[in-house]
Amino acid sequence: MAMLEVRDLHTSFFTPAGEVKAVNGISFNLDSGKVLGIVGESGSGKSVTAYSILQILTHPGRIVSGSIKFRGKELVGCGESEMRKIRGNKISIIFQDPMTSLNPVYTVGNQLEEAIRLHTGRNHQQARERAMEMLALVGINEPQKRLKQYPFELSGGMRQRVMIAMALACEPDILIADEPTTALDVTIQAQILELMQALQKKMGMAIIMITHDLGVIASMCDEVIVMYAGSVCERGTADNIFYRPRHEYTRGLLRSIPNIDIDEKERLVPISGTPIDLLCMPSGCAFAPRCERAMKICLEGRAPEVFVGKDHISACWMNVKEGMERNAIEYDGEGRIVRMNLDGGAGA
Amino acid sequence: MTQSNTLVEVKNLKQYFPVTTGFLKTKMLKAVDDVSFTIGRSETLGLVGESGCGKTTVGRTLLHLYKPTGGEVWFDGKKVDAHSMSEFRRRAQMVFQDPYSSLNPRMTVGDIVAEPIDVHHLCKTPKEREDRVHELLKTVGISGEQAARYAHEFSGGQRQRIGIARALASKPEFIVCDEPVSALDVSIQAQVINMMEDLQAQFGLSYLFIAHDLSVVKHISNRIAVMYLGKMVELAPSKELYRHAAHPYSVSLLSAVPMPDPEKARNAQRIVLEGDVPSPLNMPSGCSFRTRCRQATARCAQECPALREIDPGHFVACHNV
Repeated sequence: MAMLEVRDLHTSFFTPAGEVKAVNGISFNLDSGKVLGIVGESGSGKSVTAYSILQILTHPGRIVSGSIKFRGKELVGCGESEMRKIRGNKISIIFQDPMTSLNPVYTVGNQLEEAIRLHTGRNHQQARERAMEMLALVGINEPQKRLKQYPFELSGGMRQRVMIAMALACEPDILIADEPTTALDVTIQAQILELMQALQKKMGMAIIMITHDLGVIASMCDEVIVMYAGSVCERGTADNIFYRPRHEYTRGLLRSIPNIDIDEKERLVPISGTPIDLLCMPSGCAFAPRCERAMKICLEGRAPEVFVGKDHISACWMNVKEGMERNAIEYDGEGRIVRMNLDGGAGA
Repeated sequence: MTQSNTLVEVKNLKQYFPVTTGFLKTKMLKAVDDVSFTIGRSETLGLVGESGCGKTTVGRTLLHLYKPTGGEVWFDGKKVDAHSMSEFRRRAQMVFQDPYSSLNPRMTVGDIVAEPIDVHHLCKTPKEREDRVHELLKTVGISGEQAARYAHEFSGGQRQRIGIARALASKPEFIVCDEPVSALDVSIQAQVINMMEDLQAQFGLSYLFIAHDLSVVKHISNRIAVMYLGKMVELAPSKELYRHAAHPYSVSLLSAVPMPDPEKARNAQRIVLEGDVPSPLNMPSGCSFRTRCRQATARCAQECPALREIDPGHFVACHNV
């Protein structure tokens, strides 16, 4: 059994303009000690997925349906007091912006110790020692001095290190990193990624890495989920996603980034059109309006998730079509796969 | 590059900002310190560096949006001063980083794009003005009927296109692009980059392309300048820089770029710089990079290295190269 199981999660924001389906039926598993990357453009629902797991969605947003099981325990609808025991203790999160996610009126030490005291029952002195130990672990010099400083006295990279120290202080099973390096410079980003990799090896936690940067995904993740408009386009090992992409959106995404290794000036191949308005979602595949290979069926219904290889799932009608041509898939014409006989085996 | 081909020449540009450090105490923050370069016609010069290294200040000071503390800017063989300013302003334009805050929310898109036309009196009749606005919007891929709308009705990518249309309105020869794509999503980013390349070919534009995304800069630039703490540390043709970066800072900057390729990422030898960028108010003596440099010697603490040519067109400011 996987440590974290997310099944058919739907999270919506009920705005005055209508229901915004930010997460529209996503499912995945996370095993302990693995790094799962979630990649997608702004508005694709990657952060909302993370917030749904921790249930820190702000009003008008709420989980509509679906299940999130952590070590077999259902988290959806389990109540605030139960969630409090999990947040920061079993599952912690690092936010994108280290400038705003620390409280400016408390010292770094105060904020770090709070998390430790709440979850571990250590006293003030012990919590302080643990906080110092954590700061040293994330590579901050003179931890004693830093504990007494306020966030504004630290640089961006240092603040992100403090955030990581805070998230890891209770030795969580899962660390959710929501764009942890987007606000940082490349050299500082390299430091933080290196640190996260080292700590992951040392402490053995699982990481959910949320980012829009395919480079960060490639260097960090075992498994990757590509999201578009709240749904999973493709899910697979990093090698499968980068070398054998099977969804048109993933292919487009990979084509549209400039390759630093190519000397000859090549023209970029952008994805045409603009991201979809989540308020008026089409009944078909959300990517179909921008897809060059869209077929009639793409506009009619959402593609089912199909195994296109071992540990490799793609939700694209092209794959259903190819599967049917190879006689590996039997499709009932109403959005259900009757029989699937690909390398991956059973149906999705 | 021959002399006549040079469009913009920057000589020893300096921009210092006074910063209050205590009661009645001010200190000079050297945002840009003695930077010189040239940009040829139809050329793109990329400018990279980390935040706070002065790359945006170079762009703004070059256009005289800030009054330079020292140094000169020559444009098309003429020195930019009070006399030539009006003409310089027409011929050199800017595209800003943030497509959300750089468009006036109270003006229609048509008026935003027409503002340079109005300022420089480029159109004589309202009809001519309207036609020109429609033509400009069409150039950047927005239909003319949308000219009556306001900026908030457009997406980030479309707003950046509007910002580019505004920059093109006065028929400039030179555009400073200050992180024009960093606020955009990957799929939209490629659209805007392609469009900027097309416009360059169509109108023979020269760009100063400021960005922190090295793969984008490599893609669009002919030559690249690397800045660190207000100084230029390396200047080279883009292929040359990516293959044989000479300055230790450029080397580590390039190695820090995460590659979108799992195989390469696994085998990559990342040179992770230790520590943070020093405060520009409290710069180290000698070479400003020496506090994070692994090859630093005693000489680096004493003398500030000057830019010197190590290969034709490849300039480096380092004692140890």
